Amino acid sequence: MTRHLQLTEQGKLKHFLTIEGLDRELLTEILDTAESFVGMSEHQVKKVPLLRGKTIVNLFFENSTRTRTTFELAATRLSADVLNMDIARSATSKGESLLDTIRNLEAMQVDMFVVRHALSGAAHFIAQQVAPHISVINAGDGQHAHPTQAMLDMFTIRQYKKQFAGLKVAIVGDILHSRVARSQILALNALGVAEVRVIAPKTLLPAQVKTMGVTPIHDMDEGLADVDVVIMLRLQKERMNSAFLPSESEFFRCFGLTEAKLQRAKSDAIVMHPGPINRGVEIASSVADGSQSVILQQVSNGVAVRMAIMSMAMQSGGTA
Amino acid sequence: MPTASLNIDILLDNLELAIRQQIGERKLHNPLLIGIHSGGAWVARHMHLRLGISEPLGLLDITFYRDDFSQIGMHPKVKTSQLPPHLEGRDIILIDDVFYSGRTSRAALNEIFDYGRPSQVVLAVLIERNGRQIPLQPDCRGIRIDLAEGQRIKLTGPDPLGIEIQDLAGVAA
Repeated sequence: MTRHLQLTEQGKLKHFLTIEGLDRELLTEILDTAESFVGMSEHQVKKVPLLRGKTIVNLFFENSTRTRTTFELAATRLSADVLNMDIARSATSKGESLLDTIRNLEAMQVDMFVVRHALSGAAHFIAQQVAPHISVINAGDGQHAHPTQAMLDMFTIRQYKKQFAGLKVAIVGDILHSRVARSQILALNALGVAEVRVIAPKTLLPAQVKTMGVTPIHDMDEGLADVDVVIMLRLQKERMNSAFLPSESEFFRCFGLTEAKLQRAKSDAIVMHPGPINRGVEIASSVADGSQSVILQQVSNGVAVRMAIMSMAMQSGGTA
Repeated sequence: MPTASLNIDILLDNLELAIRQQIGERKLHNPLLIGIHSGGAWVARHMHLRLGISEPLGLLDITFYRDDFSQIGMHPKVKTSQLPPHLEGRDIILIDDVFYSGRTSRAALNEIFDYGRPSQVVLAVLIERNGRQIPLQPDCRGIRIDLAEGQRIKLTGPDPLGIEIQDLAGVAA
């Protein structure tokens, strides 16, 4: 169903809502397309005319300045016009329903919605409702999915490790509340890594975590042994409504990434983090700023990957 | 026109001669050769060697600049353009394999101008065929031919270079 909703009859990307149901070939096509956008920063004019004349609306029902900025930058580099909807001050706060907001924007002839919402499934809901010519990109919905973040992480891994086959990847921290982790796990498995380990206290792992195709581990030394990639997650304190942790300092002592713990990983292992970083909670500053950290590279790659996804979804093969 | 009459070596000779003439007439200074992926890049490699140009060959993929993107979408294997970061004030020889409608050349010029404002651009093609749709035409050519409606000409390569004339009815979409 998800695959059906996301792809056209020709198998082209129409919406980008989740990694689920997308095969290795399509994910690789996204990464390859993103690759060709990377060099654009060298242009005197940092734009290509692919989406000239198109209007993209950033519908951010949940705050995220950084994600919204990278989507905006990606859209403007594709020459699209971008509308940032300030939802807190928009009609939805005056009682207008989400669907009415969407219908009104449709009537203004927009071409794409980039949706971020605190409720899981919001982007799917909008994708099911919009006019056929409109594409919807999920910029994070509840605890469900953050597929563009996962793809920029995959892009960064490929950049440093060249291929996915044989890689051991550890995802560390608050798996339970992380939509990023869910999307990363789906993408890593679809792209064929050898092993995905999730390292977390039991309170921060979903109950059926093994069904996601990962190895759950509760000890950092064991979990980081010989891994090629370490992905640290942000502690989602704002989503914790009960006592998941004894304390932040206790969490850091057991699951925070320090230089000493990182030595368990392969010597050329890379350290990633989707940001924003809680220094001293998930990761030590010396590691976040250290030679194995590729955290800022992830941010740079975010623009190219989002350009790829937006342009692929907007090609005519991508419209119904 | 039978393919046998399109001898690659003769066409390359013709093109080299035409480019040399343009370099002289337009007083091109330290020209930068840029080939358009894929066929144009193959031809450009030959011209780069023949003309003895020391500056590295530039390569251009015009996928992101095509005017029919919204109709045909994007080729998933876009090759990265490899150009010096600044083309400001440079003399450029832009090379393609076949000149047909002129839209590829237009897209290539648009992309080049996004790198900077060159001083001069010379357009050189191995084969110019009938069917021009916009007011652009090559300055140098290996040969000019007329094809019947429904025919297309395709350069095969890179090694060895060859030329195929295809009937579109017989070509998979």
